[in-house]
Amino acid sequence: MLDSDDFAAIRLTFELATVTTLLLLLLGTPLAWWLARTRSRWRGPVGAVVALPLVLPPTVLGFYLLITMGPDGPIGHLTQSLGLGLLPFTFPGLVVASFLYSLPFVVQPIQNAFEAMGERPLEMAATLRASPLDAFFTVAIPLAKPGFWTAAILGFAHTVGEFGVVLMMGGNIPGVTRVVSVQIYSRVEAMEYIQAHWLAGGMVFFSFFVLLALQIFRRDRR
Amino acid sequence: MTIEVQFSLSWPGFSLNVDLQCPGKGVTALFGRSGSGKTTLLRAIAGLEKVIHGKLVINGEIWQNDGIFLPTHRRPLGYVFQEASLFPHLSVQGNLDYGRRRVGHADHAHFKTIVQLLGIGDLLERHPKRLSGGERQRVAIARALLTQPKILLMDEPLAALDQERKNEVLPYIEQLHNALKIPVIYVSHSPDEVARLADHLVVLEKGRVLGSGPLTAMLARLDLPIRLYEDAGVVLEAVVAARDLQWHLARVDFPGGVLWTRDKGHPIGHAVRVRVLARDISLSREPIFGTSIINALSTRIIALGDDAHPALCLVRLDAGGTPLLARLTRRSAVTLGLAPGDQVWAQIKAVALIA
Repeated sequence: MLDSDDFAAIRLTFELATVTTLLLLLLGTPLAWWLARTRSRWRGPVGAVVALPLVLPPTVLGFYLLITMGPDGPIGHLTQSLGLGLLPFTFPGLVVASFLYSLPFVVQPIQNAFEAMGERPLEMAATLRASPLDAFFTVAIPLAKPGFWTAAILGFAHTVGEFGVVLMMGGNIPGVTRVVSVQIYSRVEAMEYIQAHWLAGGMVFFSFFVLLALQIFRRDRR
Repeated sequence: MTIEVQFSLSWPGFSLNVDLQCPGKGVTALFGRSGSGKTTLLRAIAGLEKVIHGKLVINGEIWQNDGIFLPTHRRPLGYVFQEASLFPHLSVQGNLDYGRRRVGHADHAHFKTIVQLLGIGDLLERHPKRLSGGERQRVAIARALLTQPKILLMDEPLAALDQERKNEVLPYIEQLHNALKIPVIYVSHSPDEVARLADHLVVLEKGRVLGSGPLTAMLARLDLPIRLYEDAGVVLEAVVAARDLQWHLARVDFPGGVLWTRDKGHPIGHAVRVRVLARDISLSREPIFGTSIINALSTRIIALGDDAHPALCLVRLDAGGTPLLARLTRRSAVTLGLAPGDQVWAQIKAVALIA
């Protein structure tokens, strides 16, 4: 059965996914809003960068994060000069990596929801004396609610399911960076198949129910 | 009390060049084909379309001029979109409150008046999804009026409705006419709506103003190809003065005389509009007796003008200050020796009560 190492990995995974999802919703929303409405020529390149983690191998992303955040990287210099130390092999480092890795899963559903509502609701709000910021909070966000749910569920589940970026950026430090996917890897390496089965099976169930919830949720919306 | 509108903009394939003065009260209809620029003009008045070169003064308040551009949410206007755009995440009450709360008018009496005026008292708890198209549009009009706007802008509010729903909503809009003190700008390509609602008519074509003036005078112009209906004709404002119940006829009085028309059940004293088409008027020098035509008016010829076919001409008449249009053959006009200033009898074969 599972031991305390396994439970620590499970707890860490959910902490990481929760923090990452909240950050993604907070920072991904303005980005999605900008992408949905801007006529800037930067829209294409920025959209492509956001979508990069969809196609890049996680090791590539992890590799560059490790380099830039390492002692000789620009972000590494910055965090050191701010007295924050280095991010690789720490929990905050994992959050940053997960944030970038799950970004498209959160930004795109929200962006789609903003695009689908079109200009009309915002124009309506303006003719009813709502300032643009007021209209954003009282009209755009409520109307995009299904998009936010999809984004939160996908962002959370995708963060739980990551492996490559975590291994590159976080390594395998128990209680600090060892999440479930890495723990499974360790168990298998140590030939501890029973624990590996429990953890892997748990992941399958978790993922299945998350996706099932998403399906039901989407059908209800229709 | 006027509305001063000057806009010029140019997009690929479309340009708008408008310099207009409209009355600061009553209903001004912006009439024109699709693509004539009427919706763009309305959106520019609302500030939804930002036209760089423009001037907009509403009853003395400058909304746009050199270096001044009030954003839409600072303009005290009400806007009704073509498709009833209610907020789907709010109930009817929530929709009505949205604008009302933002102008800080929690005036309950005003709320009750407007809700009553549009007959939506029973719908307040409902969700927009559960409303018919006509009900939705009535709620949208109420929502706009509850912000106590200084002008009401309506962009083809009936165009997305079927005929039955149109007939349901039109009476409410007609009522506004009497109940509101604010000017209404009403965009439409429907002759029926313009004939029933408009006091002032602005005709747009390809982004330019073809003509602008009081409805009846505009329709009686000889120099403009303005045809609300397939045929030329005027719309008169009249009052039901008598009803002949035996023959199901109603007598309507207007400044130029009286007309008999089919009784549609309006009570005596009711204000109505009647349509008289040019093809239904014939002229004679002397009063004619022994005819089946029951309407004849003594009129004076103002001018003669061309019609679409060379065999025909249009004659503009004056009946006690009200203009009328008659269509004759050119041969008749010459045979009778008709000239401006002549007194003639206008026999009117058909008079249609439109509201």
